[in-house]
Amino acid sequence: MKLDSKIPKGSISDKWTQYRSSVSLVNPSNKRNLEIIVVGTGLAGASAASSLAELGYKVKAFCFQDSPRRAHSIAAQGGINAAKNYQNDGDSVYRLFYDTIKGGDYRSREANVHRLAEVSTSIIDQCVAQGVPFAREYGGTLSNRSFGGTQVQRTFYAAGQTGQQLLLGAYSGLERQVGLGNIKMYARHEMVEVVKIDGKAQGIIARNLITGELERHFGHAVLLCTGGYGNVFYLSTNAMGSNVTAAWKAHKAGAFFGNPCFTQIHPTCIPVSGHYQSKLTLMSESLRNDGRIWVPKIKDDTRNPNTIPEEERDYYLERRYPAFGNLVPRDIASRAAKERCDAGFGVGPSKMAVYLDFKHNLMYKYGQSEASKLGISNPDDDTLTRLGKAVVKEKYGNLFDMYKQITDEDPYEIPMRIYPAVHYTMGGLWVDYDLMTTVPGMYALGEANFSDHGANRLGASALMQGLADGYFVIPYTIGSYLSKEIHTKPISTDHEAFVAAEKFAADRISMLMEIQGTRSVESYHRELGLIMWNKCGMARNEQGLKEAIEEIKELRANFYKNVRIPGSINEFNPELDKAGRVADFLELGELMCVDALEREESCGGHFREEHQTEDGEALRNDDTHMYVSAWEHKENCQWELNKEALNYENIKIQQRSYK
Amino acid sequence: MTKSMKINLKVWRQRNADAVGNFADYTVDASPDMSFLEMFDVLNEQLIQNGLEPVAFDHDCREGICGMCSMVINGRPHGPKRGVTTCQLHMRSFKDGDTISVEPWRANAFPVVKDLSVNRSAFDRIISAGGFISTNTGNAVDANTILIQKEIADEAFKAATCIGCGACVSACKNASAMLFVGAKVTQLSLLPQGKPEKESRVVAMVNQMDAEGFGACTNTGACFAECPKQIPLSVISTLNREYLSAKLSGK
Repeated sequence: MKLDSKIPKGSISDKWTQYRSSVSLVNPSNKRNLEIIVVGTGLAGASAASSLAELGYKVKAFCFQDSPRRAHSIAAQGGINAAKNYQNDGDSVYRLFYDTIKGGDYRSREANVHRLAEVSTSIIDQCVAQGVPFAREYGGTLSNRSFGGTQVQRTFYAAGQTGQQLLLGAYSGLERQVGLGNIKMYARHEMVEVVKIDGKAQGIIARNLITGELERHFGHAVLLCTGGYGNVFYLSTNAMGSNVTAAWKAHKAGAFFGNPCFTQIHPTCIPVSGHYQSKLTLMSESLRNDGRIWVPKIKDDTRNPNTIPEEERDYYLERRYPAFGNLVPRDIASRAAKERCDAGFGVGPSKMAVYLDFKHNLMYKYGQSEASKLGISNPDDDTLTRLGKAVVKEKYGNLFDMYKQITDEDPYEIPMRIYPAVHYTMGGLWVDYDLMTTVPGMYALGEANFSDHGANRLGASALMQGLADGYFVIPYTIGSYLSKEIHTKPISTDHEAFVAAEKFAADRISMLMEIQGTRSVESYHRELGLIMWNKCGMARNEQGLKEAIEEIKELRANFYKNVRIPGSINEFNPELDKAGRVADFLELGELMCVDALEREESCGGHFREEHQTEDGEALRNDDTHMYVSAWEHKENCQWELNKEALNYENIKIQQRSYK
Repeated sequence: MTKSMKINLKVWRQRNADAVGNFADYTVDASPDMSFLEMFDVLNEQLIQNGLEPVAFDHDCREGICGMCSMVINGRPHGPKRGVTTCQLHMRSFKDGDTISVEPWRANAFPVVKDLSVNRSAFDRIISAGGFISTNTGNAVDANTILIQKEIADEAFKAATCIGCGACVSACKNASAMLFVGAKVTQLSLLPQGKPEKESRVVAMVNQMDAEGFGACTNTGACFAECPKQIPLSVISTLNREYLSAKLSGK
């Protein structure tokens, strides 16, 4: 199949403007007759649902949590980027576009990324209008900070809980439309099958997680806003319920999966503490504004970090990347931490951690500045610490509290210990410029699609993309499809396609329940996670990937013989919900390894040990791999590779350097 | 390495909303570095291995921000530590040999779904009644044309950090939702963007709160004491003030 990305003609800065002026519209009276299904209520889903409902479409929204407000966007910490240039530091739409393409190691689509940079500024306006309480300066204007991979301050934030504030804003918009009767909300519902009629997505089968019943829902279009699939690694910073199921069902129904192996391993997470560990907790990238990362220069140094003198510390990011220092992009910071720990310089009980130290900036940046404001000359160390602590508390207080809760150590007193962990997936369902998948009528928004971040996402760009897709892209692009669907009458859910899809889902659930083996779902998930982390994680090689593929196949076969799901189908049964999700992860994991094996190069978060420069940096293979891998599912976990060539017409391709 | 600790649990088991529930006793080997929910993971793994049904409980982010986890631990919503959700509570807060009782949120407006899971959709309906600013996508002016005094922005933010977990309701002997409603009303009425609707908003939200069966405020402050985000009690006085002023102006 030839992929058509439907990129509009024209110069990069005119494409979106021209598209918006020429795309087909649906008139208001027709909108009322068109029904749209939105699966997932995170930033992308909630913003899409409310914006489409405001336009007059009839929307049905679904989430598996007990309330749409709990979607995992809520946990995003550090901030959201926008090319506002409020700091007068040289930011522009082009610069945000350039940083994002370069940050993604030249594996994303120019036209989509430019559009993202263009609409970024409207997102901030929209959120402020909704009452999102962003951090402000004393003059009443909005405050900004820096994130990795950029040299300007373009990140807007609300302490360390920006995602929460943005999501609650989008959620309030969604609930407003629920109250007005324009959105029907289905919480504790999980999409378990796509319904296709004449090749088009025309509905879904959803499972009511409280009663276990399967329900049929018709829609003229289906929007998947279901987030990423980082939980394939078992341990990640994702929420426990985050899953790939909806996207995977879409994939098996014909939607191609783009760049599945592109996974973001975030450098600053709280290290694993024990075998019972259920998830990992992120410490926001914003901390790298003020925290310096280091390890001791001596191996196995067990001294209290505060007693290790300056000259015996290796600030390895500042040493290796003087231009960006502690603010190099995530993939680079993660690999550098792994390199130091693998070489034996790691700290803490497991030796798989590095220090993130605030003392220097707390005292000399903030403490000193506060002392000057108060007119204290020659402040002593205690005064500097006291004054600096108050400033740091205001900026990052909730993160410091969270760290202390988990580790029982006070990061104001002793450096944090951090290590990389799975955080985000750049890969996702392949979409064209309209955000439509290869199944007509089915769209993917936010983290669920592959489109904007290439092989590595820059910090504070996930929130930007989720809201861009939902507030400012889909309301326009959906018109190009729905304007042709205005004659399609709502299809009865008694249609044979609905009956068949429901039966397919019901049979699968019964089959899982009937296995009644001896192993818990959780144990399979853990084992899969370990395979993925060891062989398809921060570093990958041919042999490991080939082994992983075989191991996953074996584990999957074992799962279908020996999994034990307690309880019954027609009741609230979280173990059964989890079993369905793990079954899908057991297939996705294989595809990720297949993709990683095929991609004979290193780029962004995808590091193939066979392809590296002399100093251990990722070595791309632009001659042979300048494309998006779009995998088409054939029968029984066999895939065929389709390639979308990437053309860089506006940005000069370079070996990425942050030195 | 970490020490092992034996924990005796008394856990509320209830098949569904209509069934009669009861406490069941279990023993779990835990470690002090485990989170409380990881201790429940261990219990559930144990139950599954023994062919028994695991305990249903709500949880998702396990970072204290999604608001999904909801256990009454030894009689206190989210357990013994101040300012902490159940998922961020660690076993080091307990001692080897302790007996811990675990129940679901207690409130008529939050019916039990199963075991420790409850239905909190009443909160969504309160937000749906008025907990928003009526602005459609595309309407907004440039963000910096609205200047907001830093202290006001900070106060609005503080109120906006509510995670909607419902601990306030569970802690209150009247199962009042005043802290939850007050937090949203405070956030939106402080900000200039929220002022045009402030009267209709507070009335609509309070009406919905009453319709859902939440009780009246007792003025004892248990809600604040148990709130994992330490939403200040002052949001309740703001709520009362806003409500009164809306009523006086005939809304």
